Amino acid sequence: MTVADGRAIITVLGQDRVGILAGITAVLATANVNILDISQTILQEFFTMIMIVDLKGSNLDFFDLQKQLKARGEELGVQVTMQQAEVFKFMHRI
Amino acid sequence: MPTLFSFTPEEILETIRMVQVENLDIRTITLGISLRDCATGSLKETCRRVYDKITRRAEKLVAVGEEVATAYGIPIVNKRIAVTPIAQVGEPSGESDLTPLARTLDLAAEAVGVNFIGGFSALVHKGFTKGDRAIFNSLPEALATTERVCASINVATTRAGMNMDAIAELGQLIKETAQLTADRGGIGCAKLVTFCNAPEDNPFMAGAFHGPGEPECVLNVGISGPGVVLAAVRQHPEADLGKLATIIKNTAFKVTRMGELVGREVSARLGVPFGIVDLSLAPTNALGDSVAEILEAIGLERCGAHGTTAALALLNDAVKKGGAMASSYVGGLSGAFIPVSEDNGMIRAVESGALSLEKLEAMTAVCSVGLDMFAVPGDTPAEVIAAIIADEAAIGMINNKTTAVRVIPVPGKKPGDMVEFGGLLGRAPVMRVNNFSPAAMIRRGGRIPAPVQALGN
Repeated sequence: MTVADGRAIITVLGQDRVGILAGITAVLATANVNILDISQTILQEFFTMIMIVDLKGSNLDFFDLQKQLKARGEELGVQVTMQQAEVFKFMHRI
Repeated sequence: MPTLFSFTPEEILETIRMVQVENLDIRTITLGISLRDCATGSLKETCRRVYDKITRRAEKLVAVGEEVATAYGIPIVNKRIAVTPIAQVGEPSGESDLTPLARTLDLAAEAVGVNFIGGFSALVHKGFTKGDRAIFNSLPEALATTERVCASINVATTRAGMNMDAIAELGQLIKETAQLTADRGGIGCAKLVTFCNAPEDNPFMAGAFHGPGEPECVLNVGISGPGVVLAAVRQHPEADLGKLATIIKNTAFKVTRMGELVGREVSARLGVPFGIVDLSLAPTNALGDSVAEILEAIGLERCGAHGTTAALALLNDAVKKGGAMASSYVGGLSGAFIPVSEDNGMIRAVESGALSLEKLEAMTAVCSVGLDMFAVPGDTPAEVIAAIIADEAAIGMINNKTTAVRVIPVPGKKPGDMVEFGGLLGRAPVMRVNNFSPAAMIRRGGRIPAPVQALGN
């Protein structure tokens, strides 16, 4: 079942190194996914990045995109998670 | 840090941390299915209809559960089924042995890929019908010869009083069931719950059944967040108890919201009405996923010490308040679970001598479930088991709450021994029981009348 519409949140966690942002955004660009916002910190050598993306124009379905991101994360040595934005809306807002 | 649309990065990382570090998950999505229209005059035909209906209705349950879990990044650990009490379903057949129906449930559960199916049940708080009697006849055999079937018997309600005849019989049946499964630590008893004031929509096993007031089909959710609550409590060692209650409440809100979200989504995709979110804090043997450890983090050297009942009262109430705000429909048991075998902190507390059966009983007066998943010596007399059930039922009846007993008398074991059930059922230290005899009281039988609390109109 396709879930490729609406917003998702991608989190990237791991050790900082060159090429993380480029590596992840490359996957999104190929999938025609628009990045709505990015936030990133590096605390000591620990890298955290959060992106809000719009999946409406995506040429991949949710689960395929999720798999690709996970695989790219493994190549880069970071953990990449993609979740429907509802999760955060439900948890943190009444 | 700047805000991403309306979420802060802290909030997003908090959610991630809850799932990945603190064991936040959806403990179960349970599909309730009415089997009332499957009851016929022929047991064989009833079995056929039951198998058909369950496999048809629950066909997509596991797959949809996996999809939603992946989409939201929140694991849905168990997919389960609850059915109409089989006493009702098997009754028109006139058969006194309903084991074939238990086997049918087992096969249907296996076919759709769920790990437990609850509802081999009877409601006998006022007395027995033929169908109820048949369930009692079949219980030990059904539990010993099936894998996934769970049974429950309701023996008392606040409105009806306590059926002491049923309770006396259950003492015997539990021992018989333990004997039949003696080679597996008495595991048959781990699939049998005795209730007072049983809820009709509880999604947790082994007490789940699809009550008579429920619709054709419904999806209920049980969440689990002891790890999350524990982490929150540990972060505030200096907070006074009032502030701590608020912290727990806020955490319970967030945890329950996940249940609400998942419940709505799964039921929408299955085309089934969304029933309830059960707010219960249900522990597992995973590291940090312990209710006992929450009580210890509140400030007790060991769960079971004096102060435990007060701490649990605080915890249970805060969970309910936070959870109630989080969901449109709250139901089931909705409280803190204290199953001994499924909670590492509980196991430690019993082993160290800090937690006794008497203290556990006191704790059940302020939390939701009852005396759950605890082991007693195999030679405990049937009347003592019956009396343990009677005590627990009395607490529920008088206080207008649900209480339950899931006791495993382990053949061949004595207090201090450990019994391994394996998998979801964990392991349990055999507890000491007060062996002064209640036999004369149990022999009297009859019904304890409904208390004056029942006269609420």
